[in-house]
Order: sequence, then C-alpha cells, then structure tokens
Amino acid sequence: MLWICEHCDTVYHRRVLAWGEVARCARCDAILARHHALGVRGMLALVLTAMIAFLQANIWPIVTLGLNGQLISTTLWGCIVMMWREHSQVVAVIAACTLFFFPIGKMLLLGWVLLYARKGERAPGFRLAMVTLYHIGPWTMSEVFVLGTLVAIVKAHMYFEVIANPGIFAYGVLMLVITAFASIDVRGLWDLTRERGA
Amino acid sequence: MNPLPRAGELGLIGCHVCGLVCRDIKVPDAACPRCGSALHRRKAASYTRTWALLLAAFFFYIPANVLPIMRTVSVGDVDDNTILSGIIELWVKGSPDLAIIVFTASIVVPVLKFFALGLLLISSQRGSQWAQRQRGRLYRLVEFIGYWSMLDVFVVALLTALVQFGFFSQVEPLPGVVFFGLTVVITMVASMTFDPRLIWDGRDFDD
Repeated sequence: MLWICEHCDTVYHRRVLAWGEVARCARCDAILARHHALGVRGMLALVLTAMIAFLQANIWPIVTLGLNGQLISTTLWGCIVMMWREHSQVVAVIAACTLFFFPIGKMLLLGWVLLYARKGERAPGFRLAMVTLYHIGPWTMSEVFVLGTLVAIVKAHMYFEVIANPGIFAYGVLMLVITAFASIDVRGLWDLTRERGA
Repeated sequence: MNPLPRAGELGLIGCHVCGLVCRDIKVPDAACPRCGSALHRRKAASYTRTWALLLAAFFFYIPANVLPIMRTVSVGDVDDNTILSGIIELWVKGSPDLAIIVFTASIVVPVLKFFALGLLLISSQRGSQWAQRQRGRLYRLVEFIGYWSMLDVFVVALLTALVQFGFFSQVEPLPGVVFFGLTVVITMVASMTFDPRLIWDGRDFDD
C-alpha cells in the first residue's frame, strides 16, 4: 500500500502510525497522514453533537439589539432573507450555501456514511456521498460567521444595547466541534470499509 | 534509484478525491476505479485557469474596496462605509484588537492571496527551483486562510438584519459587499485550481 503526497506527488510506502503521530512528506513537508485517536464511533458522536448544536444555532436568535425600548433579534435565516430583499441576492446565496446548505449537507452525509462504517460496511450511495463530501469540504464557513457575529456585536455596541441570545452559544459549541473535526481526513473511511456482501 | 520517487516516474497517479493510488494507463479520460472521479496527473489547464480566475478576482477586488459596502442611516443622517473606513471606525471607537482582526481578514488576506498565487504561478511556469519547500508552505497557507475573508460580508449581513429601527436607525448593504463576496469566492476557486505539484515539476512540464 502506498501514499502519494497530494502537494508534490512523492510516493511513500504506507506504515502504521503510532498514537498522535503525524507523517510528513520529506520533500515538501505537507502532511501525508495522521493518527486518529477518534474511531468511527467517536466521529459519529461528534457529528451528532454538531447536528444538535447546528439545529439550536438555527432556531434560536443569535443576538438582540435594543434602541429606545424597541428590540430586534435575528437568526441566520433572518440575515439571509434580509440580504435578498436589500438587493444583495449574491450575498444571500453565498451565505445560504456556506452557512446552511453545505454544513447541513456535510453533517447528514457524514452521519449516513459513519452509521454504516461502524460495522465496516459501505452505506448505500457511499461513493456519491464521499465524492460530494470532498467537493463541499472547503465551502463551509460557520466558524467565520461566529467571528463575524462577534465583530457585529462590538460594532452595534457603539450605538445600541446588545443582548447575546442562546443561538450564539450554540454557534460556539458548533465551532468547537468543527475545530475538533478539522484534523480528521474522512477519506480514511475508504480504507476502513468494504462493499457490503463483498 | 531516487530516494524520493515521484508518482510520474513510477507510472502512478493518486486520485485527488479519494486518495487511491492507481497505475497510469495513459488514456485521456481515465476514471478512478474506487470513487469514479476523473484521474489526471495534474489538475487540468491549471496555469490558464488560475491566471484567469486570479485576474477576474482582481477586477472585482477594486470595486469591492472603492465602493461602500454598508450604509447607516440614523435620524436622517446618512453614513456610507467602505471596508477600510469600517475598520478605521472600529479602531477609533470600539476595539483596536478587533479592528486588527478585520483588517487581516479583509485586506491582508486577499492582498496576500493575489501576491502569493501570482508568485507561485510565475515561479512554477518558469520552472524555478527557488525555495520550493517554502513555496509549498505558502500555497497551503493561502488555502487554509482564504475563506476567513468572508468575515466582513457576514458582518454586513448581520447588521442589516439587526439594525432595523426605521427612522431612528437603519443599515443597508451597498454594492461593495457583493463585489467583495465574489472576490472571496473567486480567489478560493483560483487557489483550488492551482496544482501545488507544479512547484516541483521543473521546466519540462508545461500543461
């Protein structure tokens, strides 16, 4: 079995990594593979946590502003709809994709694939799910949105009363889970699973 | 034999999508037997596409900075902010630390991307062997930080949704924010179309 470095095409013999070990390319220093302490079940647990946090982050308001006793709060979809109405449809589409459709698609596909991978099996539609996951991977931006909320709160605080709502905390949890997931290469699932009946 | 053989020398191709190591059967449209994605030694027309996208992004980047991204109306008083004036306002009135973060995400990162990708394209096309490891790292940095530039776009979206106090205070997005969002998306696509293996290919390879 071989590894090919994605960044410079150097070929290596695979070897088993020790706990916490990271294999780096000797030519270009890119990461070839890392050892994952987290197994399939652990990943599934993380995905479920992310789903719950994502659900809460989307139904609860994120922040409330107050001015002369008048209160206004918003959710992610509030922002998207508002941008659409205010002639910035391009921004609305970017936000809807990177903050809602792609993240939710990623979680559902990953959850589906992992559900079967527990038994070392490939889920129905495994191939399509894995290829889609690869393509939407770089296009989820929830963590950027969390930082954006922080900046918006500070900016709004100059003129308004600002109350943080539960949505922002759910986003905080989501950000932690995303960070925990960042180092995991889900392509490992290709090697961990076998075609059913094979 | 070369202690660090490259896939091309051994007649191998690594699948971009699933990582499977395949034998290069030298047919024009080979597909990965495991995931079905197209197999190619290098990303198709990497130089041409990356240059085109980089130029397109640059043309959008100019209005993104010159045009205002957000209008604040309060009690008849209209105030239009560009990306830079928003950062200055944050620095002066609120918190300089956050101003530095926004400055990094909205100004430093996009400019770094233009220079970095431009440098990578030119040096790789010339087959330069200068600082190959560092150029490889530069590419990974660009890929890693690219999407954080979307920060200001989300800030405008949030403020637009929140600041709706009618006559007393109102925030509207302005065209600059659309150009800026597009710039970020296009530069991300540009960094994806660039093939970092070209850094190591030398002069004999011009795709």
